[in-house]
Amino acid sequence: MEVDRRAFLKIAGLSGLLALGGTAAFKLFAPGEVDAAMEAVPLTEAKQWAMVVDMQKCWAKQKEGECKDCILACDYVHNVPRYGDPKDAIKWIFEEPYEDTFPEQQREFADENLKKLPFLLLCNHCTNPPCCRVCPTKATWKREKDGIVMQDLHRCIGCRFCMAACPYGSRSLNWVDPLVEMKDRDPRFPYNPDYPVRSKGVVEKCTFCDQRVDRGMTPACVVACKKKNVNALTFGDLTDKDSNVRKLIRENYTIVRKPQLGTGPNVFYIMRGNYA
Amino acid sequence: MYDGGKIIVGLVIGLCLLFSPYFFNAGRAAKAPQPELTPQAKKAKVCVAPTEWIKANHMHLLDTWRNSAVRDGERYYHSANGKIYYESLQTTCLDCHSNKAQFCDQCHNYMDVQPYCWTCHFAPTPKEKSQWKSIEERFLK
Amino acid sequence: MLEYALKGSRRYWGWLIFLLVVMGIGFSAYLTQFKVGLGITGMSRDVSWGLYVAQFTYLVGIAASGVMVVLPFYLHDYKAFGRITVLGEFLAIAAVLLCITFVFVDLAYPERILNVMLFPRPNSILFWDMIVLNGYLLLNILVGWNALAAERKGVHYQKWVKVLAYISIPWAFSIHTVTAFLYSGMPARDYWLSAIMAARFLVGAFCSGPAVLILLCLIIRKVSRFDPGKEQMRTLGGIVAYAFILNIFFLLLEVFTAFYSNIPAEKATWIYLYEGMGGHGQFVPWMWLSVVAGVVGLLLLIIPGTRRRLDTLAVGCVAVIVCTWIEKGFTLIPAGLTPNPFDQVFPYYPTVREVVITIGVYALGFFILTVLYKIAISVKEEVGA
Repeated sequence: MEVDRRAFLKIAGLSGLLALGGTAAFKLFAPGEVDAAMEAVPLTEAKQWAMVVDMQKCWAKQKEGECKDCILACDYVHNVPRYGDPKDAIKWIFEEPYEDTFPEQQREFADENLKKLPFLLLCNHCTNPPCCRVCPTKATWKREKDGIVMQDLHRCIGCRFCMAACPYGSRSLNWVDPLVEMKDRDPRFPYNPDYPVRSKGVVEKCTFCDQRVDRGMTPACVVACKKKNVNALTFGDLTDKDSNVRKLIRENYTIVRKPQLGTGPNVFYIMRGNYA
Repeated sequence: MYDGGKIIVGLVIGLCLLFSPYFFNAGRAAKAPQPELTPQAKKAKVCVAPTEWIKANHMHLLDTWRNSAVRDGERYYHSANGKIYYESLQTTCLDCHSNKAQFCDQCHNYMDVQPYCWTCHFAPTPKEKSQWKSIEERFLK
Repeated sequence: MLEYALKGSRRYWGWLIFLLVVMGIGFSAYLTQFKVGLGITGMSRDVSWGLYVAQFTYLVGIAASGVMVVLPFYLHDYKAFGRITVLGEFLAIAAVLLCITFVFVDLAYPERILNVMLFPRPNSILFWDMIVLNGYLLLNILVGWNALAAERKGVHYQKWVKVLAYISIPWAFSIHTVTAFLYSGMPARDYWLSAIMAARFLVGAFCSGPAVLILLCLIIRKVSRFDPGKEQMRTLGGIVAYAFILNIFFLLLEVFTAFYSNIPAEKATWIYLYEGMGGHGQFVPWMWLSVVAGVVGLLLLIIPGTRRRLDTLAVGCVAVIVCTWIEKGFTLIPAGLTPNPFDQVFPYYPTVREVVITIGVYALGFFILTVLYKIAISVKEEVGA
């Protein structure tokens, strides 16, 4: 059979492509022997985790003396670096005054005391999270089983699209390497030997302590607040009408941040009035 | 051939460069890796999977654990010997094998592989472990 | 045809070597960024996108502008543009390659860039941006190269080239629409959340891109024996004029909505840009410069006399580029993130290293452009066009 050079090159190229593609496809789709061993041990379950924040209890505690236990607990459990510089800051749970937390509620003659009072902010684990919609690699997604908006730091490419999309400013990029920057700032870093540090270049945020929740425990901030007998943070299942969070929402007036955006945030703030 | 002198000289130089690693290391064998087990690991006797299997496949296992724990929320591994392990490089593997420099790095350095796992995961020192105990006491217990 | 790029005058090689030196400096600055992290830039937790993403946005516009030459020629048989279609297509190639480079430079974890292809997410506009940009790059390479090769051989280009050229027309519109969708679909950022964002991007592209092309044609006239043609440049000037009028008009439409509605969230970024807010006003002089450049550009382009004369047309084009670059290629991105979700103003200003890296990447773009244009011009000179 006469094969001219062009035809030969075409056949050779096609065969090469098939060979490469075939082996790659085989590697990608071949069943793994390890997968069969993965099965969940039943744990605390919820359809949508939510948090109710009662700042009045927190403010009452602050009057006795400064308490930042929830923030410290979170930062220690998750090896969150503390740089003290707002530019590169990593914030999982943090504080902002009322006028910055609810900026659309600005009124000139609102209670002057309320404006400057601190509120605890964290990722709202929205029902319709815009951050998950825009992530190009699904490094962040909403867990179907319990509604936690998760972060996969092994996949994040650091494009910061999620940071631009989040209406609540809950996300932080690691602009620098935490281990390098914290070496001189705090020799105790990393604090928790049971949790990794992050490399530079990935975005992180509060994950409702997924590694604790998956083992039947409550988030670190909630535990720390409970330990101080303040109980300003309540964590529970929003879809269970008899849960602690649903009870609080039923019995109190609560607001969320930026409800008009349709994101459906799941962190509720109890507003009682009387902010003397 | 044209420019024969230049070609042959170039060829010789190229071949010398190509085989230079052999010339440099001739007669010297690199020391075989000798990973050491911690007392804790020796006491446990078995790893999460049979030793021969895990030596060859721990990368695949960790990769599967990573996807299963982080992406699927399935955090428990049923091993062949019936025990259930918490899927975590940081908490499970490095708990027994906390001597990274004498264990993990031995083979990795010999093979000159740099798994990027270590940019985030770290082997805790006893000082860090005891320091964590006091933090845990203060906030979480 | 690549061999044409290897033969050139001393001026040609001097220019390429200068660009290589600038690229080298930019690259060494990038190595610091690669090692230390994006912390060496001026970006922060609040203004998390800056100069790199802004350049990417602007250059997608320049890339889309190739359609302004291709459309009249292939769709409407405007024969005069036949001389310069390949210049428009090669400019688009260089611009798209620059876009991809800027995206790579902006990534905080660039080694994982392939994750976008390995784990595709059709929900994310970045996924579609990757597809349309790479597709447009491929289209322009195929159409431009083959048309040029055909011209060199003195034959008509193959039929399938025309099919691809037809596809590239709506595709060019799509690349900038998709890039606009990156910003205009986010509920968090009021400055970007506007239906007219995509339209503004398109008209901005169609005035800035041909303006760049006109300037390049004038340079080509000076440095080579190929004359792109007065008629061609004048027609392009007309396109720039109309597109620029629309660009300013759409901007004023946005200003009206923001200020007549009086909604604080709508007004906030405009006030920050043109007046300063929270004690920060670094962008204010830039914005007013862009206004002045806009007025100059409008005058020079609207008045037929100044648009006809090539020297005043050149000044007008420079004014258009200055105006659109400041507005889209500098302030649009960081200002969209200011004020932050807490209504606080954290200023953004690029650091020296950031600027050096940006200039280095631009040098890469000019390098690619020079090589491609050398090939195109050499072919046209040879053919006696």
